[in-house]
Amino acid sequence: MRLKGKNIFGLATFKGGIHPDDMKAATCKKPIVDLPASREMVYPLQQSLGVPAVPCVQVGDRVLMGQKIAEAGGFVSAHIHSAVSGIVTAIEPRMTVSGIKMNSIIIENDGLDELCDIIKPKDWRDMSPKEIVEVVREAGVVGLGGATFPTHIKLSPPEGKKVEYVIINGAECEPYLTSDHRAMLETPEEIIEGLKIMLKVFGLKTGYIGIEVNKPDAIEKMAEYAEKEKDVEIRVVALKTKYPQGSEKHLIKAVTGREVPSGKLPVDVGTVVDNIDTCAAIARVFMYGTPLLKRIVTVSGDCVQNPSNFRVRIGTNVQDVIEKCGGFIKPAAKVIIGGPMMGVAISDVDIPIIKGSAGILGFSADAVAKKKVQNCLRCGRCAEGCPMNLLPNALKDAVLLEDMEKLNKLGVMDCIQCGSCTYVCPAEQTPLQYIRTGKAKLIKARQEAKK
Amino acid sequence: MAMENVNDMLIVTEAPHARGKSTTSSIMLDVIVALIPTLIAGIIVFGFRSLALTAVCMVSAVAFEWAWCKILKKPSSIGDFSAALTGLLLALNLPVTMPYWMAICGSLFAIIVVKQFFGGIGHNFMNPALAARAFLLTSWAQAMTTWAVPFSKTSIFSSADAVTSATPLVQLAQSVDATSSATAVAESTANLPSYLDLFLGNIGGCIGEVSALAILIGAAYLLARRVISIRIPGTYILTVAVLTFVFGGKDGFFTGDALYHVLSGGLLIGAFFMATDYVTTPYTKKGQIIFGVGCGVLTSVIRLYGGYPEGVSYSILLMNVLSPLIERYTVPKKFGAVKTGKGGAN
Repeated sequence: MRLKGKNIFGLATFKGGIHPDDMKAATCKKPIVDLPASREMVYPLQQSLGVPAVPCVQVGDRVLMGQKIAEAGGFVSAHIHSAVSGIVTAIEPRMTVSGIKMNSIIIENDGLDELCDIIKPKDWRDMSPKEIVEVVREAGVVGLGGATFPTHIKLSPPEGKKVEYVIINGAECEPYLTSDHRAMLETPEEIIEGLKIMLKVFGLKTGYIGIEVNKPDAIEKMAEYAEKEKDVEIRVVALKTKYPQGSEKHLIKAVTGREVPSGKLPVDVGTVVDNIDTCAAIARVFMYGTPLLKRIVTVSGDCVQNPSNFRVRIGTNVQDVIEKCGGFIKPAAKVIIGGPMMGVAISDVDIPIIKGSAGILGFSADAVAKKKVQNCLRCGRCAEGCPMNLLPNALKDAVLLEDMEKLNKLGVMDCIQCGSCTYVCPAEQTPLQYIRTGKAKLIKARQEAKK
Repeated sequence: MAMENVNDMLIVTEAPHARGKSTTSSIMLDVIVALIPTLIAGIIVFGFRSLALTAVCMVSAVAFEWAWCKILKKPSSIGDFSAALTGLLLALNLPVTMPYWMAICGSLFAIIVVKQFFGGIGHNFMNPALAARAFLLTSWAQAMTTWAVPFSKTSIFSSADAVTSATPLVQLAQSVDATSSATAVAESTANLPSYLDLFLGNIGGCIGEVSALAILIGAAYLLARRVISIRIPGTYILTVAVLTFVFGGKDGFFTGDALYHVLSGGLLIGAFFMATDYVTTPYTKKGQIIFGVGCGVLTSVIRLYGGYPEGVSYSILLMNVLSPLIERYTVPKKFGAVKTGKGGAN
């Protein structure tokens, strides 16, 4: 096995961080099952970071599976494709994961899965980097780890910036989620292919895959497939199991030893990071010609009868996905889209799976019982756990005092909102909540200062 | 479209949705558990009056906390066990012969004046148990410096007839005091307890400071449970060892008995259980090291040159007051901070 551990004192990692129970046992042995689409598929126009997409179909149109239904609305935006064939019945506001109604394309699924004729395998080996990026852009691929940053932008570094490291993120440090783990076990050839495509774009010969050591089978599998590659070298980096190891900046630190400077992007230190499922999605665009139509979703939590991993078509109703796991066996008091550390609690389960929905977690009232907030003990666990080496409790005090200068000095804008501080707090305080408020206040203060 | 087994009103809160297992009360309980070996050592050395005195301190501390909350119509905070811990720490910092009523005054001072007047748990700027000890020492100096001879069995009900002795540090101070007569020096030196006595606890002193072994067992537990880090106690003890070795000898520099200084007096219990109090010490890593070194310097100065033979409690209290200032100047370098040029998220 070609394993690479950077740190001579042990496994590659970063300073700080926390060790939550990973809760992955419920689903890490569950193979990914293809899920049928809902009768009614819903496509909110905002599915990626940046500006919303613009519909390119009209009510009453018949669309085919894989057909583009909305165009990117700007540079930082991505196309949206229909994952079924059927009739566009409406373009209207629908409830979304963010808790607000958003303009969405509604498609009545005819169940025929009639493929769009543009879906044909493409050979990336004959293409120029520019052409490859264009194919990825056309396929609407975005970061599937949760941030939904349009992938074609990551693949087009700004003028003068040289990419030296391409790192595939297999850390999957969020508790409960096992979709990346299963993808590495079940479709390693797609992941390797995707990485090779990215290496071609940047003209590199070496690529990296970072995996936490709590997934030894995935490390072994990826190393086995990496070994087969002759033209390029693919190094599997074993990472310490620690949250938030999958954070882009911290994965870069662990693999390359480089620190992304405050306020800068990974590309500023010559790195590009993409999630496992994103990498496989890039490969599928070329291997089968399919745009981004599906994603892997882990369904788990104490309310779920059969925790599972599903390959879900984007646009499918969350309730249908839950029903496929046998539904909730006890009343769910909280339902989360994503992981328990950074996921979003939803107010309504009648929403669609979108490109960024990595998991569905259902928790009973007992599991999410809120305890009484006590005084801060000044124990310093929040500071010790902070992967950005900030002082969350001091930031909280600065927010309460509305001390903008101090907020800026203590680095409120550097917070990656991983939630480690709130997780470890023994007094049930919520430093991250204050920090979010602080960020908003500081941005507002800066805008006002500019006027 | 309603779904089965989904509450009508789903809970919507901000991430993170998961919480760690540590709570204020679990931390306080851990410290209480870690002090049990020390309490047992105190009972073995000084008899059951130690247990009775400890019970008086703990019960009175909890009662004052409860009464304060009741009078101010605030939710009771005795469930976080911090008042119980303060009572326990206070008792371990008292001589076994201390009259019960004086101990109760100590609890009152610790809980009401030092802790609740400033806003309760998390807001006091001095360690309540140590501040109470300083208060008792000023108020009843005689009672606070009457040391029972080990294994002399002080009566639970009356301490008037206790057989008393000097603490090892008083003896050591006399043995290196240049102004004492030659015979007094020789006598004090001859009477110094052995390292083994110091280690096991066969010496005079406060209930909780006599057995180094018992304290170290508790300290190991706290370190293993990650309730405390080694930064403060480690730097504190090391500083005292170095300074007493360099300046503490009667035959010039580098002849002091560092081991004796480390094992005797309140240094070990102070370093592991008082100087690690979250509320009154810096939470920055660098700040903790400065705090530990500062405590060590002050303790050594008081022990070697001061009027008191012992300086642990005053050193920690003084450094407690400096903690906010230390924190202010020890903000850690954030991830991605650039050394030169302009950085910052703009």
